[in-house]
Amino acid sequence: MPTVHFTDAEGAVRDVQGNAGDSVMETAVRNGVPGIVAECGGSLSCATCHVFVREDCLSQLPPMEDMEDEMLYGTAVDREDNSRLSCQLRLSDDIELFVTTPETQV
Amino acid sequence: MSTHAVEQSSAGAATGAATEGATPSETPARTGLLIIGASQSGVQLAVSLRALGFEEHITLLGDEDHRPYQRPALSKEFLQGTVESESLIFRSNEYWAEHNVDLVKGEYIVRIDKEADGSGVAHSSSGKQFPFKRLALTVGARARKLEIEGGDLDGVLYLRNADDALALKARVGDAQDVVVIGGGFIGLEAASSLQKMGKNVTVLEFGPRLVGRAVGEETAEYFLQAHRSRGLDIRLSTSAKRFTADGAAGDGRRAVAGVELQDGTVLPAQIVLIGIGVIPNTQLAEQLGLAVDNGIVVDRFALASDGTTVAIGDCANMPNPVPGSAPGERIRLESVNNAIEHAKVAAYSLTGRREEYAGIPWFWSNQADLKLQIAGLCNGYDQTVLRRDPERGKFSVLYYRQGQVIAADCVNAPLDFMAVKNALAKGQNVPAAAAADPATPLKTITTDS
Repeated sequence: MPTVHFTDAEGAVRDVQGNAGDSVMETAVRNGVPGIVAECGGSLSCATCHVFVREDCLSQLPPMEDMEDEMLYGTAVDREDNSRLSCQLRLSDDIELFVTTPETQV
Repeated sequence: MSTHAVEQSSAGAATGAATEGATPSETPARTGLLIIGASQSGVQLAVSLRALGFEEHITLLGDEDHRPYQRPALSKEFLQGTVESESLIFRSNEYWAEHNVDLVKGEYIVRIDKEADGSGVAHSSSGKQFPFKRLALTVGARARKLEIEGGDLDGVLYLRNADDALALKARVGDAQDVVVIGGGFIGLEAASSLQKMGKNVTVLEFGPRLVGRAVGEETAEYFLQAHRSRGLDIRLSTSAKRFTADGAAGDGRRAVAGVELQDGTVLPAQIVLIGIGVIPNTQLAEQLGLAVDNGIVVDRFALASDGTTVAIGDCANMPNPVPGSAPGERIRLESVNNAIEHAKVAAYSLTGRREEYAGIPWFWSNQADLKLQIAGLCNGYDQTVLRRDPERGKFSVLYYRQGQVIAADCVNAPLDFMAVKNALAKGQNVPAAAAADPATPLKTITTDS
């Protein structure tokens, strides 16, 4: 079962088991992970599901498309090289992801 | 410091047991806060209250037989079948149970008895009673009906909630021709989705341009040309006279077969989808004697005229939250962003804090490959600046009042959207003279007013 480890800005960790096919954002929202707002529900319109992906997990993820890239310039906490929008990250069966949520999303 | 918890995602789980077992003769225990309306604003209110440490029991009550879900995808991804209904669910059942929130589905409140201290009892159409200490109305809005001949035919549909979307989806397969009435966001989103699904779609708009007052003239024209070039048949200044029928539907109702226009033209239609705006649900507020004027009138802290009931989201008429707006100006906003931000204000209010809503409203609408993002409100603009990059399919309009940017409509241009939204939030300006060159990033010319 796919697992996502969410670390918040203070270092608190929550491990959430998700479903293959769901996005990291959906997994977070359904379980009430506080660091993910996701105002637009995953339609790539709001940039409030920003996460920092642990470097060694980046290669497991789909490449970034232009729209996500542009939206990332609008995040509340400035983007880093390992920034992604979690609505664009789909879970697969065997994936284990480590992500950190920013201090604020809005 | 590090805390650790292992959780199981609960997709597919059944309804929360907390709401089952009550019979019409039973009266549930008094809840701390009864939230009537289990959509975006009601859900956000419950979530925000728990985040603020509100400890009273919460009942989140909705009249639909679905767990609370997100609406925006109904006209887009859900209709097209690219997301499943489970993805639209806001929170797992476990979340509500862990946070001491009773989720009540399928109960329609018809009357509320309320005391001066804010407590009372809500009565549902099935005869159940829901006693509460405090009340929140997050009752939203309903689709405005088109009252013309044939409006009750089978196949004449609206799109406001999940059941509407399911009904539409269920008949899409058999339909070849669809007429969408209303060229606003819902109409155009659904029309784009149905066109993508291979339907022959015609959009009828009563007004002289698309998207009514939500966007300016230039944006409306851009969408008109963009949709027409993608093959959508859009007819402006056109209205339906009546819906025609032939044959009978399975349940004996006659099925819609066409739309007759004022000039006598008849368009074939096996589905007519009507999206001509919404009407705020104010019946309960009126019954309670609350002030109502295009929505439930609330103050800056989301309190209704009785000083105890909170009302938020689409149903509420509130002081304009945009910084610098005219004193006394009131507004009712229909948007996800407002549902969320207004709920946060109400959550503060219910926990005894006075926090005003001073956010920058924003909206989005995805239609075919057109991603529209709107920052701010363009009411009262005296100048616009166009930024066009036809090669990359980008288009933005910035709105100014006395030289100060107040809003922007951005199509496939998230950087412009973000730049204006951020500038508005910080009280900055994007000088008009420098903004017209689409090659100049707006972020680089933003100034401290």
